[in-house]
This record gives sequence, C-alpha cells and structure tokens, in this order.
Amino acid sequence: MFHLSSEDLGIVALSLRVAVVSVVCSLPLAILVAHGLARLSFPGKTLVDAIIHLPLVLPPVVVGFALLVLFGKRGPIGSVLEQWFGIVFAFRWTGAALASAIMGFPLMVRAIRLSIEAIDQRLEVAARTLGGSRLWVFASITLPLALPGIITGTLLSFARGLGEFGATITFVSNIPGETETLPLAIYTFTQVPGGESQALRLSIIAVVLSIAALATSEWLTRSSKRLQGDDRR
Amino acid sequence: MIAVDIEQQLGAFHLQVKFAAEAPIVGLFGRSGAGKSSVINAIAGITRPSRGSIRINDLSLFDAAKGIDLPPEKRRIGFVFQDALLFPHMDVESNLLYGQRLRSPEDRFIKEARVVELLGLGALLRRKPRMLSGGEKQRVAIGRALLAQPRILLMDEPLAALDVPRKTEILDYVERLRDELIIPIVYVSHSVAEIARLADTVVVLSDGKCLAVGDVDEVMGRLDLKPVTGRYEAGSVLDTRVSAHDGEDQLTTLDFDGGQLIVPHLDAPVGERVRARIRARDVSLAIQKPAEISILNVLPAHVTAIDDETGPIVDLQLAVGNVTLVARITRRSFRELEIRTGQKLYAMVKAVSFDQRSVGYA
Repeated sequence: MFHLSSEDLGIVALSLRVAVVSVVCSLPLAILVAHGLARLSFPGKTLVDAIIHLPLVLPPVVVGFALLVLFGKRGPIGSVLEQWFGIVFAFRWTGAALASAIMGFPLMVRAIRLSIEAIDQRLEVAARTLGGSRLWVFASITLPLALPGIITGTLLSFARGLGEFGATITFVSNIPGETETLPLAIYTFTQVPGGESQALRLSIIAVVLSIAALATSEWLTRSSKRLQGDDRR
Repeated sequence: MIAVDIEQQLGAFHLQVKFAAEAPIVGLFGRSGAGKSSVINAIAGITRPSRGSIRINDLSLFDAAKGIDLPPEKRRIGFVFQDALLFPHMDVESNLLYGQRLRSPEDRFIKEARVVELLGLGALLRRKPRMLSGGEKQRVAIGRALLAQPRILLMDEPLAALDVPRKTEILDYVERLRDELIIPIVYVSHSVAEIARLADTVVVLSDGKCLAVGDVDEVMGRLDLKPVTGRYEAGSVLDTRVSAHDGEDQLTTLDFDGGQLIVPHLDAPVGERVRARIRARDVSLAIQKPAEISILNVLPAHVTAIDDETGPIVDLQLAVGNVTLVARITRRSFRELEIRTGQKLYAMVKAVSFDQRSVGYA
C-alpha cells in the first residue's frame, strides 16, 4: 500500500522547499528583530511587538488576504517588486514561502528573544572591555549563547510552515506543482471520490516529517547546550 | 598616572569625583554605595559621565568638553569583574585568548605562556568555566584581562565572592602581577584589610564624593576618616622591613621608622619590604613601661590627637617615631589614665594579633 507515486514525491519536495526557503530567509531578520526587542527600548516597541505577534492570533485566511492585497500583481508592494526586481509572489511557490515565513515569524522571534534575554548582559560588557566591537561581541558572545533559542525558533517556524494552509490557499491558491503543498494536497484528495488512500499516505508523511523535525530540534538543542558548558541533560 | 574628574547623575545618586593618582596599585576605597563601581565603570567606558574628563598618562579616554569618548574596546582597560564573568561557551584557553586575538601582534607585550605560568593556569586550559572553583575562575578572569594587553588593570572587588583561603591566594597573585608585569592596577574594595595590604595610594570615596587621596599609611591612620574606614576596621599601616627571623620561636622581627615589631613567622627574606596593618582595637596603652608581661611589642609613643566622641570608645592617634598608630580604648580607661594630647606613654600590640591578611609584601 505504501508506495509513493512521483506525484506524492513532488508534493513533499515542494512542501520542504517552501518551508526551508521561508525559514532560511526569515531567520536573519528574526534574529535582528528579536535582538532589538530584547535589548533596545524605543518608542512604539509595544506596537512593533504586537504587529509581529499578529499572525499568531489572526485567522490565517485574513493574513492570506492581506498578503494578496499587498503583494498581489496590482498590490502596492507586489507591483513595485515585480517592476523593479522582477520578483513575483502571487500564485507562485515563492508566495507560499512568504506566507509560511510570516505565519512562523512570531514563533521564531519569540524563542530567539527569550534566549537573548536570558544572557547575562555583563558578559557582553566584559567582551567589549577586552577589545571586541559591538558587532564582534554580537557574533562571538550573543549569537552562540542564544543558539538553543535560535534552533528552537527555527524548528518551530519550519513545522509551522509545513502545516501552513489558510494563508497559503488564500494568497497563492492551490496550483498543483506550484503552490500545492502537503496540507493543500491532503485537503484536495479528501474532496475527490477515491482520494482517501492518497490523503492517508500524505498524512502519514506529514506525521513522520513533524516527528523528525521535533527530534532534530531536541538533539540540536542538547548538543548546543553541551557546547555552552551546560552539561545538564 | 590616572586622573579622573567626572560628574554624573544616576537616579537620585550624584557622583562628583576628582582625583589624580600615580602608584603601582591605587586603592579605590569606600562603603557599598559610595560610588566606587560608578567610577570604574566610567573609566572603562561602560557608563558615560555627564561632564568632566578621564585620562591615563597622556591619553584622554573621555573629555566631555572636547567631545572625546572612546568606546570600551578602544580604551584598553583590563577589567576584572567581581564574579569573573567568564564566557560559558568557551574553554579556559579560549577565554584567555579572547582579548589577545583582537590585538595586533606588535601590541602583544604580555605573552600567554607568561600569564599561564604566573597565575598557575596550566592544568585548567581545556576546562569549561563551569568546572572551575571560584578562585580558579577569578584567576582566569585576571589572565584574560591581562592578555588583552591593557594599559591599566581595573579590579572591581575581585575577592568579594570568595572564601578566606581563596582571598589570600588571589592577593598573593595580585602582588606577583604588580612586581613582575609592572602594570598599574586600580583595586576597588570596601575592605580596609585588602586596601591596606595592596595599595600604595588610596582614594577614599563616600556618598559619591572623593574624601581623601594619599599614601595608604597616612590616609588609613586619619581619625577624621573613621566614619568611612569604619569603627571596627580603624587602624594604621606601617611600612617595614624584615630584619631577622627567630627560627626557634618562629617569629619575625620587622624594622620600621620608630622601632621594631615582632610578628608570627613571615615567609619573606631578610631585607624584604613588608607592610603591616595594625587595627586600632589591637593596640592597648600603658603610662609606665610594663614589666613581666606577655605582650612582645611595647613601643614608646606620644599622643598626637584624640577622637573624643560620645560613647564608650575613644580613639587616639599616636606618634611612634615617625609613624602614626591608632589606639582604641574605653572611655573609662581614657578617664582613669587621664590621657592628654602630647602625653608620653607606651603602645602595646600582641604579636598574635597579626595574621596572614594583615601582613604582606610591600
């Protein structure tokens, strides 16, 4: 029974590509934002924090609709991006990646921010007195010490991206081979007569992928903590 | 030479400190909350005063009027923090080399091998900070600061978090640094014992102000600073030289400008300069030269000042030869002996009242 068709494999590959690209592209920004929220105080910080957390509380369909309005071919951002850089999000797999990046962003920022806030700031001060510039201290002290949070945030966002449905289907629709990720495919197969077995196969793959992501996260977090001189298990 | 003249408002606390000091070890002394940490944070560039200037030798680290404010990484100040603050994700050697790697090779005057040897770190290099004891951590922190090739070493209460044997151990290491690396040290402490043993010049801070700057033996003997140096801790510091060892009784004789002191055996060669701190409460007085008495140190002295507050205790400032001694006696003894300024008498100090922390290499 468990024989994956080339169509199945294509769906899995697309899903992984969307999730990986969304995570890789949003990680640097998430670290920057998390660091800013953890270490800076500026007017409007609460508002920035609220906006970042919005995708967590809004119905995903609303996020997808907002993306469609903003990043669509005629949208204020989408039209500029297409004209100036030739980047198109609407009805492309890149749009799916954007949707899952935005849905996973609050999870990522939250985990990284917590781990940065847990670092003793005086360690950074000590590094400065030893001759490290702000940037070097960030790279050599802050980032390595925040690594467990960065790993957790990345994996949470990755898992969120694999499961993303509402925002994706609203923003980039359900185009086989282009935007039809795992959840969208499973949904489609449940809607056609005789599609249950394929839906079941894909669901099992989703479960396996999620468990693998969790296990990887756990393992990475442990080994990064060990690297940091924390031998507690 | 370090010259500080700064003003800073920190919440309700106003810091206004001005001093200049030149010595192998400058002690920055004051109670907690006196402003010691604020001063060295400003020297290191961690905080920024609202006005004034900070100079080391001819180099201006901070000058509000001229708009100079070097960032901490450009000041080359070796900062040793109270709780070591080693980087937990690096082993001891990476911690040690963190600052050295950021200096260009021609600036590396202090070598790793030398520091490792001097601070006894050889066996610890591969360990993570978590696996070190408090004293070991502090030694690594000192080594790390030194290898960043600083112009000056700032030590902020480096012994505060340690137990007594570790304290003595680190004090010994600090003395070795001073003697062998010839690097100026600013040593911050609220402990009279540490300041008296280490510092040559002391800066006394209280309530955000600088009360006194001067030689440690002169400043610590001043009665008018007693509210800051403290009742319990009041005392004086004598500059002495080892003149003889008595192997049989395990005693050491110290010469000073005004007489001799006998103390328990000291591990120092004859001729070595040694600093002895005598607490005021360890000095008792007699009008006649006492006979048949267990106290080994009986010094002829005369009274130069009387600190006559109300209360059961009277502090007297005595001159023994050219040095100053402080004696603490009860008001009743003071009255019954009818002590006056200028009076000649005998100051007595038990040899056993000297301990490891009160006698050290000068």
